[in-house]
Amino acid sequence: MVEERHIFSVLVENRFGVLARVAGLFSGRGFNIDSLNVGETDDPEVSHMTIVTHGDAQIIEQIHKQLNKLIDVIKVTDLTTENHVERELVLIKVKAESQRRGEILQIVEIFRARVVDVSPTTLTVEVTGDEGKLKAATDMLRPYGIHELARTGKIGIMRGADR
Amino acid sequence: MEMRGADVLVESLKREGVEYIFALNGGAAMPIFDALYDADIKMIPTRHEQGAAHAADGYARATGKVGVTLATSGPGATNLVTGIATAFMDSIPMVAITGQVATHMMGNDAFQECDVIGVTRPICKHSYLIKNAGEVADVVAKAFHIASTGRPGPVVIDFAKDAQLHETLFRYPDKVDIRSYKPKVDGHPRQIAKALELIHRAKRPMLYAGGGTILSNASEELRELAIKTGIPITVTLMGLGAFPETHPLAMEMPGMHGSCCANYAFTDADLVVAIGARFDDRVTGNLDRFSPNSKKIHIDIDPSCIGKSVPVDVPIVGDAKQVLAEMNKLVHRVDIEPWIRQIDEWKEKYPFEYRQNGDKIMPQYVIEEIYNLYPDATIIADVGQHQMWAAQYFKYTQPRQFLNSGGLGTMGYSFPAAIGAQLGCPDKTIVNINGDGSFIMNIQELVTAVTLKLPIKTFILNNMYLGMVRQWQELFHQKRYSAVDYHDNPDFALLAQAFGATGLRVERIEDVRPALEKAKRINDGPVIIDFIVDEEENVFPMVPSGAGLDEVIRGLA
Repeated sequence: MVEERHIFSVLVENRFGVLARVAGLFSGRGFNIDSLNVGETDDPEVSHMTIVTHGDAQIIEQIHKQLNKLIDVIKVTDLTTENHVERELVLIKVKAESQRRGEILQIVEIFRARVVDVSPTTLTVEVTGDEGKLKAATDMLRPYGIHELARTGKIGIMRGADR
Repeated sequence: MEMRGADVLVESLKREGVEYIFALNGGAAMPIFDALYDADIKMIPTRHEQGAAHAADGYARATGKVGVTLATSGPGATNLVTGIATAFMDSIPMVAITGQVATHMMGNDAFQECDVIGVTRPICKHSYLIKNAGEVADVVAKAFHIASTGRPGPVVIDFAKDAQLHETLFRYPDKVDIRSYKPKVDGHPRQIAKALELIHRAKRPMLYAGGGTILSNASEELRELAIKTGIPITVTLMGLGAFPETHPLAMEMPGMHGSCCANYAFTDADLVVAIGARFDDRVTGNLDRFSPNSKKIHIDIDPSCIGKSVPVDVPIVGDAKQVLAEMNKLVHRVDIEPWIRQIDEWKEKYPFEYRQNGDKIMPQYVIEEIYNLYPDATIIADVGQHQMWAAQYFKYTQPRQFLNSGGLGTMGYSFPAAIGAQLGCPDKTIVNINGDGSFIMNIQELVTAVTLKLPIKTFILNNMYLGMVRQWQELFHQKRYSAVDYHDNPDFALLAQAFGATGLRVERIEDVRPALEKAKRINDGPVIIDFIVDEEENVFPMVPSGAGLDEVIRGLA
């Protein structure tokens, strides 16, 4: 069967051990986690997880059902099948000798990225966007020498008034 | 009135109607045992925590109520693990309570500390860590609700020692409402209608019922469905007794050591109606060859069970009892005469059978005689060859009449489980069919049974081998009998006597029946009969692992 990438938006009780239960579900059953992001929602008792995973249709269905089965999981939405917005943020510390700094700043501008820190030899750049944009920005900066890179993992939410 | 967290726990258990707690004391649980000391819940101290967990499980399977077990932190808790996993695999309602080191010590590698929540996470339905006495009542109410509803299962409560000692007000919640846990019990009417359409159109239909029909007490409804439609039925190891095996529609157990009839029926069927069964690998054999020509209807309360290994045409999420009751309102007889003739022919041609080997006691014969003398007993089997013979040669007619560790296959399960079952059903005759390998794995619980004067009848089919493994070695490993030779077994009759039980040893065929009759008359304590049986008898039929059900080996020529 064909492997597909899916993004699950999962509302969970903001409680001790919930992350371990979700992570344990994936590791215990041999499902893949491509990225996982957790944060509090507007309601401090509820956390929002965005899980990016891949597998064939049967595995994706199992992941959906198994997530639902966890007692602390309030709601699971497969965003892939819905009209949704997704974003990810990456921080890139790039080597920036004074003579190349100008070029790098141009790239930053093109991607509507921001410089968030600077040192005599480096610039730290923040880029937000979807996967394609982050990849393009990273590819453009790589030739200058990437010291360090950290990404948040995807977060996603449905478009429109639906929850 | 203020009371200690430990007292709140005991009061809460009383509110849940708990009769028995199967427990073993230790440092981090002492306040709970102190609270139990003069409480009107009967505490059953076992000699090993694993025995306590299995006893709670046996109590739950026999009665349908939630079994409760209690142990201390660290090693006490880890000793419960096999029992919790056993209950989890078979969806048995259980609450397992463990003491935990005081909150200020947690995470410091304190004496007898173990991250029980972490260890048990993949083998329980849910778990709670109690750090404040104020949470106890709420957690207990939720734990019992979760353990006993939906697809049942074990819930772990890890209870820090300082919280056991803190004082708090006792207020028990009137009802439990968990926003993220609402099991769906009614089947969708449109799905039920679709299922009925398939049933009424089928030419070669079969019912396939599992342990879920017993857990949901759906046995009556299942019988009604089979009898109203006239559709033949196979019942799994976990479902034995949900439909009487003495009925003409019964095809007996399917799968690896199931009846040829049930396995051939799967292969030829055009419709399989699965009810509270999970298409376990021991039932299906090679999935590519499993029931290739049939549509599948799957009724299960756990959506994740549906379509997990076998694609399903009509899924129905709901409680078996309720869904079957709805179906029975609309279902009618189906005209499947040629199919019934085929089934009857298979049954006639390929019954469970064995050949007498000289003057040896055949293990199957012992089971037949147990059935003749104890047809209404609750049978608790352990795991191995004797378990399969107990499933094949005893005809179960009532739900909860056959208890065993089906999913996890836990050797050592049955004797402690028999203790729980006997306490839960004091008026029933409890027969424990055991193996020489499995009995010794929890033999220490003989102390418990003797102390309680429980009239459990343990019949050991002693072939001096780890028999099922030996059978596989004979068939698939060129008789290289690695680590299965149990000829160094102790004399189980003498051992039983040393524990204060009645112990008998039977070595001749003509002594089998008199010994079983004698056991019937001993009701002031446990009796252990060690039947020395044919050493190298194998379990047949057998679907070798990796083979399809149609490739079943009926026996050795």
